[in-house]
Amino acid sequence: MPDFLRISLRLVALLAPYKRRTAAAYGAMLGGALLNLLPPAILGWVIGVALTPAAERTAAVVALPAWLPGAAAIEARARSSGPELLGQAALLILALALLRGILGLWELYLGSWLSQRAAYDIRNRFFGHLQHLSFGFHDRAQSGDLMARAIGDISKVQQFLGQGLLEAVYIPVLFGSVAVVLFGINPRLAAVALSPLILLALVTLRFGRVIEPRFKAVQDQEGLISTRAQENFSGMRVVKAFAREPHEVARFEEANAEFLNRRIHVISAFADFFPTMTAIVVLAEVLVLGFGGRAVLAGEVSLATLSSFIFWVVLLAQPTQNLGFIVNRASEAVAAGRRLFEILDTPSDIVEAPDAPALPPLEGRVRFDHVSFGYADQTVLHDIDFDIPPRTMVALFGPTGSGKSTVASLIPRFYDVAPGQGAVRLDGHDVREVELSSLRCQVATVLQDSFLFSATIRDNIAYGRGDAEDAEVVAAAKAARAHDFIQALPEGYDTIVGERGVTLSGGQRQRVAIARALLVQPRILILDDATSAVDTETEHEIQAALAELMAGRTTFVIAQRLLTLKRADLILVLDQGRLVERGTHDELLAAEGLYARIYALQLSDQERMAAEAAEAEADR
Amino acid sequence: MSEEREVRRARDAQQRAMQAQLDEIFDHEQASQRFRSYDPHLFRRLMTYVRPYKRPLAWAIFLMAVTSAASVAGPNLVGAAVDTVTAGLDGDPTAAGTRLAWLIAALAGVSVVEWASNRSRLFILADLGTRIVVDIRGHLFGHLQQLSMRFYDTYKVGRLMSRIMGDVSVLQDFVTWSIVGTARSVFLLSFILVSMATRNWRLTLLVVLVLPLMALLTRAWSARAREAWREVRRRIAIINGYLNETVTGMRVIQSYVREPTNARLFDGLNRRNLTANLHAARLSALFFPTVDVLGSAGVAIVLGYAALSGDRSLTAGDLIAFTLLVDRFFNPIRELSRRYNQLLATMAASERIFELLDLEPEVQDAPDAIDLPPIEGHVRFEQVVFGYAPEAPVLRGIDLDVPAGTAVALVGETGAGKSSIINLVGRFYDIQSGRLSIDSHALRDVTRQSLRSQMGVVLQETFLFGGTVADNIRYGRLTASDAELRAAAEAVGAHDFIQRLPRGYETEVGERGVNLSVGQRQLLAFARALLADPRILILDEATSSVDTETEQLIQRALDRLLAGRTAFMIAHRLSTVTRADLIVVVDGGRIVERGTHEALLAQRGAYYRLYTLQWASQARAA
Repeated sequence: MPDFLRISLRLVALLAPYKRRTAAAYGAMLGGALLNLLPPAILGWVIGVALTPAAERTAAVVALPAWLPGAAAIEARARSSGPELLGQAALLILALALLRGILGLWELYLGSWLSQRAAYDIRNRFFGHLQHLSFGFHDRAQSGDLMARAIGDISKVQQFLGQGLLEAVYIPVLFGSVAVVLFGINPRLAAVALSPLILLALVTLRFGRVIEPRFKAVQDQEGLISTRAQENFSGMRVVKAFAREPHEVARFEEANAEFLNRRIHVISAFADFFPTMTAIVVLAEVLVLGFGGRAVLAGEVSLATLSSFIFWVVLLAQPTQNLGFIVNRASEAVAAGRRLFEILDTPSDIVEAPDAPALPPLEGRVRFDHVSFGYADQTVLHDIDFDIPPRTMVALFGPTGSGKSTVASLIPRFYDVAPGQGAVRLDGHDVREVELSSLRCQVATVLQDSFLFSATIRDNIAYGRGDAEDAEVVAAAKAARAHDFIQALPEGYDTIVGERGVTLSGGQRQRVAIARALLVQPRILILDDATSAVDTETEHEIQAALAELMAGRTTFVIAQRLLTLKRADLILVLDQGRLVERGTHDELLAAEGLYARIYALQLSDQERMAAEAAEAEADR
Repeated sequence: MSEEREVRRARDAQQRAMQAQLDEIFDHEQASQRFRSYDPHLFRRLMTYVRPYKRPLAWAIFLMAVTSAASVAGPNLVGAAVDTVTAGLDGDPTAAGTRLAWLIAALAGVSVVEWASNRSRLFILADLGTRIVVDIRGHLFGHLQQLSMRFYDTYKVGRLMSRIMGDVSVLQDFVTWSIVGTARSVFLLSFILVSMATRNWRLTLLVVLVLPLMALLTRAWSARAREAWREVRRRIAIINGYLNETVTGMRVIQSYVREPTNARLFDGLNRRNLTANLHAARLSALFFPTVDVLGSAGVAIVLGYAALSGDRSLTAGDLIAFTLLVDRFFNPIRELSRRYNQLLATMAASERIFELLDLEPEVQDAPDAIDLPPIEGHVRFEQVVFGYAPEAPVLRGIDLDVPAGTAVALVGETGAGKSSIINLVGRFYDIQSGRLSIDSHALRDVTRQSLRSQMGVVLQETFLFGGTVADNIRYGRLTASDAELRAAAEAVGAHDFIQRLPRGYETEVGERGVNLSVGQRQLLAFARALLADPRILILDEATSSVDTETEQLIQRALDRLLAGRTAFMIAHRLSTVTRADLIVVVDGGRIVERGTHEALLAQRGAYYRLYTLQWASQARAA
């Protein structure tokens, strides 16, 4: 599994900047593992030795492995001492526990430090990278999926890199060193004692495999219940309007009942495995006692050795069970890491040329030089060619899907025209060759659905220019006809709006967005003239605000309404990605082409109604 | 403005923004972290959900006793085995060998009993816990369906979700693990104490001395840890909220070249999260090793006693059994303190759930309500007074007689009372005084189900449920056949675009499905209403503009939908207004003018003013 290994290594490499802390954490962990070996030995030994009748004491003393420093001296002392040995052992155990505690403290703290720090690093990287990925990427990506990676996957990686990884090293080390000691003392008894523990590790490993998909099924079902409930609450007006409460309750009950089924599935796995694990530990004790007890009676093994073995088995039981879980956690972390690196390794489609020059302040000339463009495998624009002098108001017009929005998106370089497919030039500069921020600073976009952030109105208006003075913010709001309603809000410019703040109406949001665009003083403007048909006054105000915004700027309007088309200096008529007609409203009507046809079919209705209204107004 | 004030203001604003973000996200995440003192009344009420499962619960507790006894028997048998071996060294090895074999067999047997009893009680418990939770959740959901729109106007969806998912799962943890976890700990503790005491009561007393120390330590720690973890969750919730907004608003961010600023802001949030986590990590790093040291102290006490007391009756087996038991002694203690915290969290969660369950549905069918017979659609308001809050009437005496088959357009400024009128026709709210009747049946006297099944509603913003296009249209009449469904879609002109969707009528829509345009959603809502074939239609016209092509489709669909029905429309488009048989101008909760388009224009009154103002911009363009 080279991929598994590669990702694991990349994950571990996240700790690389913190070599000293990593070394300290693992040092503390190893020290702790070695210290853990001692108490069972001491306990078994003193219990065996001190309480064995004096006559048999020689036989009872465990034969320490010869390579142990001072083995002979310890044995000699043990043979000669009595119950007072127990008191000394008690002190020794307490001292070891303290030492072990101090090491444990460091291990725990440093482990958390490392994992939290790595999570912090990767979270920043992830965020920074997301911000630099192009519109093309964000069009395709599901926001829910990105959030899941940012929240769930980072936390999985974090959990593993700290304590998980430490334990993944600790357990084999502990197991290995206990095995060495046990085999050193008595190979046969060691084999008997350790074999159930290997079984234990295998069982837990299997448990992880079995439980994971079942858990996921429960979580999915929980997600479904949650979605059903949320939909029901959000759509309550519709539910009540159609008197569908019984239907909704039935649907919910169905999801709820399935949840019960799936959880029972999980429960049965738990009920199968946990008691089994406990039973395996007891099995190890049974084997040690059975074989060991006979061996002691036969004089082959000392009582102390037997007691120590029992304590060692108990010592290993817990970590061995954990081993299975750790392996599962590791594979989850690697899967999470893979999903994270997938995003981090995605290059942005929009790459700034190295040492790209800043775009000088623009006059506002916009030239499409035989531009063809497509998303993925689908060509959207064919050979679009036009040249717009500064301060012109251009209306982009055409049926849905004709490529209007795409033309507009190419100007601030939200997408890139492929090499050899023509070029977009602003004042003669190819947008692909200049510094991105200097380009986008001079092109502002206002769309129909204005996105506001959960922040104060002031912050939202100053979004493109954090350094703007209060007076400038107010001036922009006034020009955008937003000042009055802002003042009427509970906290004026400090009112928090956005998803989690005060809800503004569509028209109000749009005016805040216009103010936001005004404040950056763009040279080129891209608009969507489909205002939400709010009440009369607002409609009025928005039109006035837009007029203010367009004054003296090159403007591209994705046009829906007649008013805009009539006012435009130039209408570009698009059809299926081609620029089929250009001219003013009157010229295009006279040309009797596509524009004239659409006008006759659809726009004339608007005109008729407007005429009626005009008549009424004239009467007044 | 001084720099200091500037900084302070910015900071305050930022804090308020964060707080606002938190309220919703945090509400959801935090359910398990809120506590309330123990309240016997709440607890008893919670137990009413447990009562149907009394028998399995009793059975589980019995099995628990068996499991605990078996688990305590283990160390005792190990001790006895060691003693047998010791005795065998002194005396008769053969007899000892036989006795050892028996003891080992007993140990194996006990282990099998433990395995079997543990297995069934785990299953019974978790099964029972889940059933109880499923009951509570179903009960809560069913109850919520009964509550009136007034409730949904004020209670945010986020908070409701937090009740039905977060709080309910706190209950799940409680009933699944707490009730019996507590029983288990109590059994284990008492069995361990008994078997230690029968071996040596003096030593047992000494070991028990460690207990208060452990309890104090745990208590002091959990209070701090709770705070620390709460802060950790708060921090990560802020990060997630910010991330979510960034992902959604990415286009604006890149358009305004905000990347560097946002990266800096994010780093700040991220760093505060790191700090909070490290604080929590320090607490854990102190606590767990200390607990281990205390555990070892218990072992040291056992050995020290054996050395110092000169108590010759202690055998090697006793010492081994004691050490093994001491090891198990501390787990139930820690468990009990954890359960106590869980009990407090459960109290808080169940209080919030019961609060909801105690809300009386405001709009209820009268006890003697009759089913509304098939109606003609003659709607009559007589001196109807209504307010969302009784002391602030929104409608102040509405008189309106709408013969069957009449299309009424309601016009007026925002807040004039148009929406209230249509809300009353659907009986989403009850009137305060006056009389509102359909075909001379007072709305109060009929069942809501029979009323609404004869009514179709199209709202301003079309709500689509998760599911297919077909499911969403069929919402209007669940029993409709595919052919009827398709006919409805064709009649409103939705069929064409539906056919072009990747999977036609089977295309998934809603949050996880394809994105439909505003106009397309509206056409679906029309099809839904048409399929219901209502006698009375309520239409709150959408305000957002759609492209001219779709606009025409919608207008045609409207013709089809209105034909032969009584309709109440809140109109935003001129064409809709002029189409109505009767235009009603509402102002300040009263009807100020009524009549046809021409008649009202000629009157030069409120309608005329509204009209000239409303379409003036288009007029000037023409």
